[in-house]
Amino acid sequence: MSLWEYANPVKFLRLSERVLPTMWVLAISSTFVGLVWGFFFTPDDIRQGSTVKIIYIHVPAALMAINAWFMMLVASLIWLIRRHHVSALAAKAAAPVGVVMTLIALITGAIWGQPMWGTWWVWDPRLTSFLILFLFYLGYIALWEAIEDSDTAADLTAVLCMVGSVFAVLSRYAVNFWNQGLHQGTSIPVATGERSVADVFFVPLLISMVGFGLLFLALTLYRTGTEIRMRRIKALLAREGRN
Amino acid sequence: MKALLIRDIRLAVRAGGGFGLGLAFFLIVIVMVPFAVGADTELLSKIAPGVLWIGALLACLLSLDRLLALDFEDGTLDLLATAPLPFEAALSVKSLAHWITTGLPLVIAAPVLGVLMNLPTQCYGWLVLSLLLGTPALSVIGTFGAALTVGIKRGGLLLSLLVLPLYVPTLIFGAESARRGAVGADVSTPMLLLAGISAAAIALMPFASAAVLKVNLR
Repeated sequence: MSLWEYANPVKFLRLSERVLPTMWVLAISSTFVGLVWGFFFTPDDIRQGSTVKIIYIHVPAALMAINAWFMMLVASLIWLIRRHHVSALAAKAAAPVGVVMTLIALITGAIWGQPMWGTWWVWDPRLTSFLILFLFYLGYIALWEAIEDSDTAADLTAVLCMVGSVFAVLSRYAVNFWNQGLHQGTSIPVATGERSVADVFFVPLLISMVGFGLLFLALTLYRTGTEIRMRRIKALLAREGRN
Repeated sequence: MKALLIRDIRLAVRAGGGFGLGLAFFLIVIVMVPFAVGADTELLSKIAPGVLWIGALLACLLSLDRLLALDFEDGTLDLLATAPLPFEAALSVKSLAHWITTGLPLVIAAPVLGVLMNLPTQCYGWLVLSLLLGTPALSVIGTFGAALTVGIKRGGLLLSLLVLPLYVPTLIFGAESARRGAVGADVSTPMLLLAGISAAAIALMPFASAAVLKVNLR
């Protein structure tokens, strides 16, 4: 029993059909609990007032925006190395979810920034690199859409994803150098084990982070299933046309 | 390799090759800027390094869709792909030809246009140096973008969408070194980083370009 068994679309679909209902329930309930707890049952921050509560959407969305790209990178590598079609389709399915997460992070950030920083937008390194990430997502999706042949599209987007990752990281450090920013540092530095968020805010934040993660997984699995079925329909139609 | 280089340059320079088109575009962008922001010389000289960099970058972008499309259509690329010369090397040569016919003229024209933009005197050297270091990276990254979109009809817009984000680091360091040169600050850090990006892009991007072009030629 190895992981590669699920490169078989039939097995993949069977597994995803089995886990998806549980995953939907877990994802929606933990997102719901995290958000409701965060919005209604945490105290207002002394300085930020109730605007602090946008953190429960902003941080998980930003987290998943980056992780979605990372997942696409891994899936692209698997496609390039082992030629598993499910992997390429998973990368394709994850991209629109990732772009929405990026957009949510950008928009909630702007909404929070207006009262707190006094501006909707500043050319801060973090904001700028997120905007660049957004552009990379758009380019990636556009390339998928533009190419007819699905294997060619998978190959080209996989290479684009790899090259894009290098340049996205590069841009991240370049904009850091270009402009020192307004955005606060990371709230939960994993490496040092410390955090700058108090427990009352941290627990619901953690729950909604888990919720967003599960939501991303569920959406991606679901969309991958759709892509597999679409490919099947195409194959069936092609066979019909020949006869 | 030499023959390929000479062939590409000749094709670009002769009539219909689009040589000079990039230069004319560069000129026109720079001429448009004062109309848009006003003829205030102080403001112009402040934004001059950035505008010249953007102009050069766009002019470079404009010429990319010709880079591989014609050779793709008439089958030259198929021959190159099966030639004893490694495909990566052939693409490096094509990037070099693109740089000689597009990047280098831009570098040479930049100081002249700098006069129009009232560029500070001490900046000329740094601007030329930063463009000289940065435009090769623009050419090789652009070759990758052209290779990605070569099979797509009317891929011009898509090409811009794909390539411009990849140009960000080069633009940041290039414009930053020119800007620092204009105000007389120390330029060594951005200049070294720019050179580093160029060197890495020249070394690595042809492999990515060759990989995607082989997919497109399948």
